[in-house]
Amino acid sequence: MSCHATALVDLPTGPRVVGQIRTVALVGPPNSGKSTLFNRLTGMRQKVANYPGVTVEQHYGKLSGIRRPDLTLIDLPGIYSLDSYSEDARVAVDVLQGTMAGSPPVDAILLVLDSLHLQRQLMLAAPILALKLPTLVLLNMSDLMEVRGGAVDTLALAQELGVPVAKISGARGVGLEAIPRFLNQRDAQVDPLAGVAATQRLELPVVGNARSYRQWATGVSTRTRYKAPLSPEWTRKLDGVLLGRVTGPIIFLLVVLGVFQVVFSVGLPFSDWSQNLLNNAGDGLGRHIHPAWLDSLLIDGIWKGVASVLIFLPQILLLFLFIGVLEDTGYLARAALIADRVMRLIGLNGKAFIPLLSAYACAVPAIMATRTIENKRDRFATILVAPFMTCSARLPIYLLVIAAFVPNRRLLGSLLGLQAAVMLGLYVLGFLAALFTARLLKSSVLKASPAPFILELPQYRLPTLRGLGMRLVDRGGVFLKQAGTIILAVTIGLWMLSHVPLHGGHFPELANSFVGKVGRWIEPLIHPLGFNWKIGIGLLSSVIAREVIVGTLGTLYGMDPQTQALGLQQALHHDLTLGGAMALVVFFAFAMQCTSTLAVVKRETNSWRWPIVQFVYMSVLAYVAAFVTNQVVSRFF
Amino acid sequence: MFALNLLPVGTAAVIQELELPEPVEHHLMHMGFSPEARVVAVRRAPAGDPTVYAIDGMEIALRRETARGILVKSLEEHTGEQKSALPAEANSRAERKARQLA
Repeated sequence: MSCHATALVDLPTGPRVVGQIRTVALVGPPNSGKSTLFNRLTGMRQKVANYPGVTVEQHYGKLSGIRRPDLTLIDLPGIYSLDSYSEDARVAVDVLQGTMAGSPPVDAILLVLDSLHLQRQLMLAAPILALKLPTLVLLNMSDLMEVRGGAVDTLALAQELGVPVAKISGARGVGLEAIPRFLNQRDAQVDPLAGVAATQRLELPVVGNARSYRQWATGVSTRTRYKAPLSPEWTRKLDGVLLGRVTGPIIFLLVVLGVFQVVFSVGLPFSDWSQNLLNNAGDGLGRHIHPAWLDSLLIDGIWKGVASVLIFLPQILLLFLFIGVLEDTGYLARAALIADRVMRLIGLNGKAFIPLLSAYACAVPAIMATRTIENKRDRFATILVAPFMTCSARLPIYLLVIAAFVPNRRLLGSLLGLQAAVMLGLYVLGFLAALFTARLLKSSVLKASPAPFILELPQYRLPTLRGLGMRLVDRGGVFLKQAGTIILAVTIGLWMLSHVPLHGGHFPELANSFVGKVGRWIEPLIHPLGFNWKIGIGLLSSVIAREVIVGTLGTLYGMDPQTQALGLQQALHHDLTLGGAMALVVFFAFAMQCTSTLAVVKRETNSWRWPIVQFVYMSVLAYVAAFVTNQVVSRFF
Repeated sequence: MFALNLLPVGTAAVIQELELPEPVEHHLMHMGFSPEARVVAVRRAPAGDPTVYAIDGMEIALRRETARGILVKSLEEHTGEQKSALPAEANSRAERKARQLA
């Protein structure tokens, strides 16, 4: 269970009450340290959802971090301006103006500005102040600014802007007492800057004109004697190495290999371990439930179905820990810069590299990691190609078929075994399909994105344990919630379909169940691929998750679980031709046999359209490729 | 006047105008790439593209195709025309380096 379920957060409802603050919005440019501050202010009492109709995430929570749990804080997406150029900015405008469905009217604004780059960040202050809502300006990272020799006259700034200004450090939780003070005074109808407001020094620039914003921001920062801190010498020195012509790519490759290695060598045993744990727990529970059908539904259906998703949790958390460290230190932006040249060959940008790499472990966290790609079209293209990467759920069927059909022969002297070569070939096949699909998408439906590749290189920072922890809780929670809803529903549905119709009060054999009948019914369709009806049932059952096919085939071939792996190999070898077997693995290389992925794609794109398109496209591709494989292999071998 | 992508690494220039699609122009302006702003080419990615530019104390990477739409003047050419100096920014170190190189 995620923490979100235990701490209930409800949005206030009803119209705005004049003079009373109920909802506060947190606004700021990207990289202003807004999320860290949000976590600090709300503690664990926060909730993540999607705004209706868009893919922008809605984060909100209670201000319990500053002992005002009666107030709701909404974290708006990071924006540079209020022009409706991006979806993020449109959402921000709608929320601030109270026209966003499902979002309460905003009574006050906390505007977070990074004091290390105050002059540029002030450009956002103009349109925000023009909204005329009670606003508190928070100069974040002001401790860092002062350490590095920067300065600003906050009183003068408050006078210039006509609103109170506070220096804070979201990362260290310094100066946050200014927030409840501001809110309390606002609540009590006492204007803390009544004297200042009366002088009306606020002269805002023409709305919607970047040039006039800039002139205004320059003027304000000059008059408030803003002195930008020196950027730390070591960030540039470090970039000299990490982005060096020779050292850059080498370190990049080491980091990539490191991520890959850890996710596989540490994450996989972890997943195996949790799988055993979950299975044993299921078996332990199973002996005590009556009647038998309930036991079967709970254990074979729900428990095993949900457990098949839960076993990925360790890998997912590990991957997000890695991505979190890379992102919070600032290296992720450098990696994107290095990878950009290669990624653009397939029509994507550098930011797609890490998500696609993660997809080799599992497409679900990979698709969740595409959030770092701001450009929507590039993000969607990455989401759509990620499932082609050879994820770990494909390994069981690959291993089974290769062991059963490919002779253990050595190629190229003793360098490479034939079995390993076939496995490698399947990895390459998936990668080529991703490449082909990305090109296809970027030259058709997702063509000519209006947003260019603009990458801000943040200064290097040490990640905080708190920040990493919150990220894991957040992502883990999203994943668990999904396992608890969509996957659960599909699992129950599939269990029921494989247990009807009843025969004299007893469950039918799988072959005679509804699922089995469909398997037989589709046999003519899959016969050209070299598959029989048993494989057909395997394909149907593995729509839930790829690795399920091994269990289904095991059941179908009537094997004892103890000798299943060995016996199943022999059974398959007798039952399938070489062409059919090769077609089977090729089918799995391409097909979208994963409800978790479909569910996460639905969630991330906020529509059923993309997962349906993806499912149909991948299934057609899988069918055609399997057909060709069967025909070719049958003819030549 | 020349395009930003031609600015040698380690040198500074002043942005004159942007010739890009409207939304892109807008976005870049809000990121600091607006006329009168000083920009320094800091380094190129190992593959030669994109290039990292320092502007308003931030480092931002642009691809060649985007930088091509940003027109700049060298510091000498710009200050020769108008004496008005912009407030000193965090780029000063890079600019010193740029002057040394020049």
